[in-house]
Amino acid sequence: MKRRISDRLLKLISISFASIILILIIGIVYELIDGSMLSINRFGWRFLVTSTWDPVKNVFGAMPFIFGTMVSSIIALIIALPISMGIAIFLSELAPQKIRPSVSLMIEMLAAIPSIIYGLWGLFVMAPFLQIHVEPLLGKYLWFLPLFKGAPLGIGMLAGGLILSIMIIPTIASITRDILNTVPTLYKEAGLALGMTRWEVMSKIVFPHARSGVIGAIILGFGRALGETMAITMVIGNAPMISASLFSPSYTLASVIANEFSEAVSQLYISSLIELALLLFIISMIFNALARLLVRREKVLQ
Amino acid sequence: MKSLRYFKRRTINNTIFFLSYASAVIGVAILLLILLYTVIKGASAINLDFFIKLPRPTGVPGGGIANALVGTFMVVGIASAIAIPVGVMAGIYLSEFGNNKFAPFIRYLADVLNSIPSIVTGVVAYVFVVLPMHRFSALAGGVALSIMMIPIITRTSEELIRMVPDTIREAALALGTPQWKVIIFIVLRTAAAGIATGVMLAVARVGGETAPLLFTAFNNSFMSVRPDQPISTMTVLIYNYASSPYADWNAMAWGAAFVLIVIVLIANIVSKIFTKTKYAL
Repeated sequence: MKRRISDRLLKLISISFASIILILIIGIVYELIDGSMLSINRFGWRFLVTSTWDPVKNVFGAMPFIFGTMVSSIIALIIALPISMGIAIFLSELAPQKIRPSVSLMIEMLAAIPSIIYGLWGLFVMAPFLQIHVEPLLGKYLWFLPLFKGAPLGIGMLAGGLILSIMIIPTIASITRDILNTVPTLYKEAGLALGMTRWEVMSKIVFPHARSGVIGAIILGFGRALGETMAITMVIGNAPMISASLFSPSYTLASVIANEFSEAVSQLYISSLIELALLLFIISMIFNALARLLVRREKVLQ
Repeated sequence: MKSLRYFKRRTINNTIFFLSYASAVIGVAILLLILLYTVIKGASAINLDFFIKLPRPTGVPGGGIANALVGTFMVVGIASAIAIPVGVMAGIYLSEFGNNKFAPFIRYLADVLNSIPSIVTGVVAYVFVVLPMHRFSALAGGVALSIMMIPIITRTSEELIRMVPDTIREAALALGTPQWKVIIFIVLRTAAAGIATGVMLAVARVGGETAPLLFTAFNNSFMSVRPDQPISTMTVLIYNYASSPYADWNAMAWGAAFVLIVIVLIANIVSKIFTKTKYAL
């Protein structure tokens, strides 16, 4: 069957627009690698483990930022995980039909709030609250832990982790809710008929059934925390140091790019910042690919 | 013994479900707290001058954010002008001509593009646009945001075009309508309302972005509508004013945050009603 020229033309046009996505990705990867070549040639692998970041002496190392990014995201995950699971269980099992849609909508709205507003709120509301009410208490009663040493400043690693946790709760909770909803009612009823309590049904039937998807949702949330910029930049204190204390300021890959990129003067400085962006790009690619693989298996995301 | 074990199982059950209720309360409370603070602190900064005047130095009362409002519209407008044609056409390709091996690859790449951290998008736009032009510009900001918009619009367009029933396509084809006319005038028109809300969602998402604009659109204290010049945007203004030590600038930041949150929430709620698109991707 011969196709009309006009039909082939539309196909050609649409395929070339779709190819823009491919070209864009190639361009992004090429520019990030090309831009960081100067720093890669100068520092090599040592870039990843050096903890000096000194624009004056032109010595750059990413260690404090990798540390800050990882630790703040892990704190965020530790806080967000139980709360998101609780919300997901509530929305898929416990909530009365009347309030379910509105609570669902509110949790999803939490994901729609721009990150700069989380930052603003974190800086002016949450950080002072931590400084006055929470950190002195932690320092007073848990002083023997290295985690809670030092002056309560409000802003710092704890505030950073906390604001990130708030931002990833809606992601983890709403995907987990959808995955729990895919578990057939028949399985749950079978469990209940055997005399299991509802929690036993959840923990022994529903969660094992949905396991890979739930893990995927958690990884997706973690990946989002790693790449988050504005909110954490405003509350983490922005000092490139590696400290065991949650009260001390820290710095993340995304924050240092946000703060220093427009002020970087030397070529090597800019190149080092672009290499940080490349690192962040690679890390988020890995976590997102992993998450999508696990979640897609549950056929929640297409 | 048996009743003791039953008691234990029931207690565990009730405790966990109580904690689950508590989590939901925490989630809703956080949302309300953030909204409440933004409304209380923001509303007091808002009056007519806030929308029509330019920023003033600290200590001088009566300034506004007119340039930032115009700037945000400019940058988002440029981004939409780039991303809407690309996204919709790519969506048409994926749904109408996607029966091959290339399409799943493009779909995967759109997901990759979507998961790039926004700050990295800023760096990319800096290298693509700012370096060749030798200055920060509204155009660079628009390009940065368009990179974020393209995958969102592509995937929502694809989904919505796919939802148009095959019977409509077949009916038109049976009448002898050429395929390109079927796609453009029938399928696309049927899906248009849905695509429009998808675009709105994408606009709301990138309109609230700050990180890609810091070193692309940069900042400007004056009114500017030139695409080749640095431009002020609401989000960067919030960041700068929030980081400043002056109380009156901090108040302006809350005012701008209030305007931003109202726009973003309305766009999200409206598009949630019209489409079933889940997750603010």
